[in-house]
Amino acid sequence: MAKQMQGDARFGLDRKIRLLGPVKLDSGAEFAPIDFAYETYGALNADKSNAILICHALTGDQYVASTHPVTGKEGWWTRMVGSDKPIDPARHCIISINVMGSCMGSSGPASIDPSTGSAYGMDFPVITIADMVRAQAILLDHLGVETLAAVVGGSMGGMQALSWAALYPDRVRSAVVIASTARHSAQNIAFHEVGRQAIMADPRWNNGAYYGREAPASGLAVARMAAHITYLSEAGLTEKFGRRLQNRDAKSFGFDADFQVESYLRYQGLSFVDRFDANSYLYITRAMDYFDLAEAHGGVLAKAFAETRARFCLISFDSDWLYPTSESRRIVHALNAAGAAASFVELSSPFGHDSFLLDAPEMNRIVDGFLKAGGT
Amino acid sequence: MTALRPDLAIIARNVRAGSRILDVGCGDGQLMAALRDHKQVDARGLELDARDVATAVARGLSVAQGDADTDLADYLDNSFDYAILSQTLQTTKRPDLVLDHLLRIGREAFVSFPNFAQWRIRFAHVFGGRMPVTEQLPHRWYDTPNIHHVTVDDFRSFLKERAVVIEGQWFLSGGKPRKEGMANLLAEHAVFLLRR
Repeated sequence: MAKQMQGDARFGLDRKIRLLGPVKLDSGAEFAPIDFAYETYGALNADKSNAILICHALTGDQYVASTHPVTGKEGWWTRMVGSDKPIDPARHCIISINVMGSCMGSSGPASIDPSTGSAYGMDFPVITIADMVRAQAILLDHLGVETLAAVVGGSMGGMQALSWAALYPDRVRSAVVIASTARHSAQNIAFHEVGRQAIMADPRWNNGAYYGREAPASGLAVARMAAHITYLSEAGLTEKFGRRLQNRDAKSFGFDADFQVESYLRYQGLSFVDRFDANSYLYITRAMDYFDLAEAHGGVLAKAFAETRARFCLISFDSDWLYPTSESRRIVHALNAAGAAASFVELSSPFGHDSFLLDAPEMNRIVDGFLKAGGT
Repeated sequence: MTALRPDLAIIARNVRAGSRILDVGCGDGQLMAALRDHKQVDARGLELDARDVATAVARGLSVAQGDADTDLADYLDNSFDYAILSQTLQTTKRPDLVLDHLLRIGREAFVSFPNFAQWRIRFAHVFGGRMPVTEQLPHRWYDTPNIHHVTVDDFRSFLKERAVVIEGQWFLSGGKPRKEGMANLLAEHAVFLLRR
């Protein structure tokens, strides 16, 4: 780490800070104070031109490239971030922030409301993707990071990257938007609503006031199971599980997890509840459903990018039916109309929406070249 | 720029330094990279093949995956100094509409294509009785991407009908420049610089 960063408590692993804010929310409310949990890897260079913000997805967190404190698993994007990777702490000052509304240390419904001394629960304000980004900007101010060499994100992280370019055109030099969209479709909203209803139908949810008691784990698990299907592809599921039975030779003629795919989904649901808060799931899915970058611009997406001078790199995956290639193309069309420098490619992968988290050498090659062309 | 394909080298030599270009069907970005590195050109590209796009973006170029037949409509009028279509016209579904877009998007347009009236091709067709397979057009009838073969004379009369101005024209045989005379019979490739 460079000399000027040593001893600077603002930088490093597992940082936490409470800032006064306030965050001005799209709902009209203001939120303050605001807690941030974040990590940084690598050091800011002398002219502070090498900062890269990595934005995480719905159930992601700040542990991009370090061990998750709850699951003990390695960071969620070590394929992209690390030594000799496209985003490299040896060259970049990498910042990842737990989004507002989440449950890994940044302010969210499970946080303690300092005015009451108990968890916010449903008193936490309904937030948007833009609100998450405005909150991040407050933390970057605190870190002394004026401009970002790049904002990088997949899925909901891509929505944040797009919002960064639209909301702070002077602070963003480039944006990498992977497997993402500029708006939530009716189908996207529909799947999220299934998840929310599963949580709210769990009696333990108790209108969100379950902290200190049993959490609505079954509801959250079902929400995760439904969502997890949307992250995969039919071909991927068929290849991985087919109609194979789970640890048995014949059907049970009951409702056990006969099929491997059932067993897998149940495991995904159950392991998720150990690391995620049900209310956070409600708030963040709501924020995603409210996301339509063109809405504030009379429905004309290109106008959202009118002020930006950023370079854009968009990547979609052919088997991703959650945020299909057509959504990325729509963004590219808008960027072209706005005269922005936009690169776009659809990559082939059998793994659906989750492809961006998996081994994708072509994606790494593209991101690496794109970032280096920006001098970072 | 010596390593460039001969028709691209002609285009590269005749592009003004510091201009903005859109390369339609840019492949892996060879021309764009040369123009960026040697002529400080702000280059954007459109390419159908995902592998080529990936290579171009990895070179640091701004290239979007897309189809000349459908995606040119998104670009604004006069948003580039040059729109370039090299060896792609004959592969489009509607070359006439693609050309309209080129002349709308670029203040000027470079178009290069293989000349289907070159004598070797005529020979192969007339005397061989088969669809020609030559060095310049190496594909067979069933796997060729070239679905709208065009000759130098076809192209000239097409431009005349549409009152498109020819600002420059260059011809190639065996990768070398040749004179304009009898280009329709002798040139393997043609490069035109056009404006509305």
